[in-house]
Amino acid sequence: MSQTYLIKDGTLANGLQADVLISDGVVSQIGNNLQSQSAEIISAKNSIVLPGLVDLHTHLREPGKEDSETVLSGSKAAAKGGFVAVSAMANTSPVADTAGVVEQVFRLGKSAGLVDVFPIGAVTKGLAGESLADIGAMANSEANVRVFSDDGHCVSDPLIMRRALEYVKQFGGVIAQHAQDPRLTQGSQMNEGYVSSQLGLKGWPAIAEEAIIARDILLADHVQSRLHICHVTTAGGVEIIRWAKTRGMKVTAEVTPHHLILTDELARTFDPVYKVNPPLRSEKDVMALREALADGTIDIVATDHAPHPQESKECEWQEAAFGMLGLETALSIVNQTMVVSGLLSWDGVVERMSTAPARIGGYVQHGLGIEVGSPAHLTVINPTAPHRVDRDRVASRSRNTPFHGMELLGVVTATLFNGVLTHKAELA
Amino acid sequence: MKHLLSIEDLSKADAINILDTAESLSAASDGVVKKLPTLRGRTVVNLFAEDSTRTRISFEAAAKRLSADVINFSAKGSSVSKGESLKDTAQTLQSMGADAVIIRHSASGAAHTLAENKWMSGAVINAGDGTHEHPSQALLDAFTIRQNLSHGNSDLAGLHVAIVGDILHSRVARSNVLLLTKLGAQVTLVAPPTLLPVGVDQWPVNISYDFDSIISEVDVVMMLRIQMERMSEMFFPNAREYSHYFALNTDRLARMKKTAIVMHPGPMNRGFEITAESADSARSVILEQVKNGVSIRMAILYLLLAGSSEGQT
Repeated sequence: MSQTYLIKDGTLANGLQADVLISDGVVSQIGNNLQSQSAEIISAKNSIVLPGLVDLHTHLREPGKEDSETVLSGSKAAAKGGFVAVSAMANTSPVADTAGVVEQVFRLGKSAGLVDVFPIGAVTKGLAGESLADIGAMANSEANVRVFSDDGHCVSDPLIMRRALEYVKQFGGVIAQHAQDPRLTQGSQMNEGYVSSQLGLKGWPAIAEEAIIARDILLADHVQSRLHICHVTTAGGVEIIRWAKTRGMKVTAEVTPHHLILTDELARTFDPVYKVNPPLRSEKDVMALREALADGTIDIVATDHAPHPQESKECEWQEAAFGMLGLETALSIVNQTMVVSGLLSWDGVVERMSTAPARIGGYVQHGLGIEVGSPAHLTVINPTAPHRVDRDRVASRSRNTPFHGMELLGVVTATLFNGVLTHKAELA
Repeated sequence: MKHLLSIEDLSKADAINILDTAESLSAASDGVVKKLPTLRGRTVVNLFAEDSTRTRISFEAAAKRLSADVINFSAKGSSVSKGESLKDTAQTLQSMGADAVIIRHSASGAAHTLAENKWMSGAVINAGDGTHEHPSQALLDAFTIRQNLSHGNSDLAGLHVAIVGDILHSRVARSNVLLLTKLGAQVTLVAPPTLLPVGVDQWPVNISYDFDSIISEVDVVMMLRIQMERMSEMFFPNAREYSHYFALNTDRLARMKKTAIVMHPGPMNRGFEITAESADSARSVILEQVKNGVSIRMAILYLLLAGSSEGQT
């Protein structure tokens, strides 16, 4: 018999106070003053009880780069951040471009058992952008892949992008595009603007992202397929997506937590912990992204959790790897930038971080809200508790968090995945 | 002052102090015996991860005139991908007891990385980092301008300097814009739009695409080297067209103010961005720049090292 839990004294996303009883892996009762003799009590006093979070963009690094992260260590980081499902990006070594690799990652996720690990398949063989990967075989594999992405690389060839968009229609798939024109970003190091002009670091123009977003929205509309834009970072990109949505086009978009809070001013330190692809942009872009997430132009928050070993970040900026950790700090940042600021309600957070990502990814056992009988995927956050980030105390195998030393707002105190407690934190 | 990484870290008073110190040291080392005993027993490392002859020998001459021991460490392409990491290099130099490291590197920010990471305790002097900064070059340029045109003033107030050429990729231009404006000069950048960075509109300078329209107004014409590879990168159609509009040729030389001077940080592409007549004319102070470079670098080493604790002897 599985463990029974009683989450006491919490507030649901809709603002109502309720206890939640969990048994046999599902939510069995919701109500006030619930009692249970056998249940382990999880106190949610002063806390919000949310449906478990779903990440549509995660780099777990296994197979191939286990010194940075493994499916197990990444699952632990996810659970600590309140996630119950992650989407493992395809840029592993070997690349997840065959049924064999996605099934391997899927099974590693099952054996870790802390979150659902949904592999994302590559769009093109070896992420080389030249010929289609084994898309059908991955879709029909045990991993049941529905999201395809060359993330880290843009599918820049318009003909290949068109074919991919068309091909995945047969099983309701979606192409998640890393929008970056390669010619406009050769050797680029940071956002192109005043700061890059002063630092002498090669600029990464906003237009390199926006041009691909515009092209692919038109392509997807032409072939009537589903497009998802990874990590939107620019005010201009937001405007294009807003335009597409008002025309009823089938596009969804994500923003990362770090692009909601950090700007390119941080490059002045020349500390590569702030080097990320796409790059940190200006204050104006950050504000446009927050607004777009609030009004639904941007559908979801996705972490783009990108672990890297110490030596890849402890070097000259231009030699350093792109990417930063995200899973363990995501909800605190959304709380701080969106909820505390009044831009988004907790219901809105549920939509952006659980319901919508599950819907886009086709993860049918997720994003179902907290209902009697639904799978017990739950996240408890104390939104007023300080969250002091310490890179030496992360669950991830890597330490490249840009928030080291910062005090964020909100601590995830418990995560339940299929009724199993996968994370629990005591507040100081 | 612990390091010299960027002109941005210097106040106007700091900059003038370096120029004044260079002036005294230049007078002192003009005698028959060129050596001063100031840095005897101190070790200075020239860490040059990118080709450079002038800057390296200028720093070497400066250190030797102050009686420091100089180690030349030529580490082409010191990066994780290409061999030893900057961290390992720094820790190696620390173990050898370097009091100062003069670093030239192809990566913007490399000097900052070396100074901020506490891999070594010595002073770090930026001798050119990627397309970011080249502070000692700007200081020697300001020194040369002051010597020629300031009429005894300590700063450069009232002077108008044109910096002409590849601003986008120039660390010399970036450091000079910061320093010359700090010292009160007006700066005009002259280049085709492709060789100006996006964001330059927020720099404290004027921009001109038309060399001819400003040539007769400026007190200083500072020409920048154009790297030959810029042509294959399509920053301009061809060398002939670039020279036609942006080179300092005899016609433009003739239209300069009577007192105006010609500068170039070297190495020059004679016949491309500057004609031989211009480079060798009476207006040219290019060789003075080279000579002043040694004095400025002596001043930098003196100010960073002479006050700090003694090295092991």
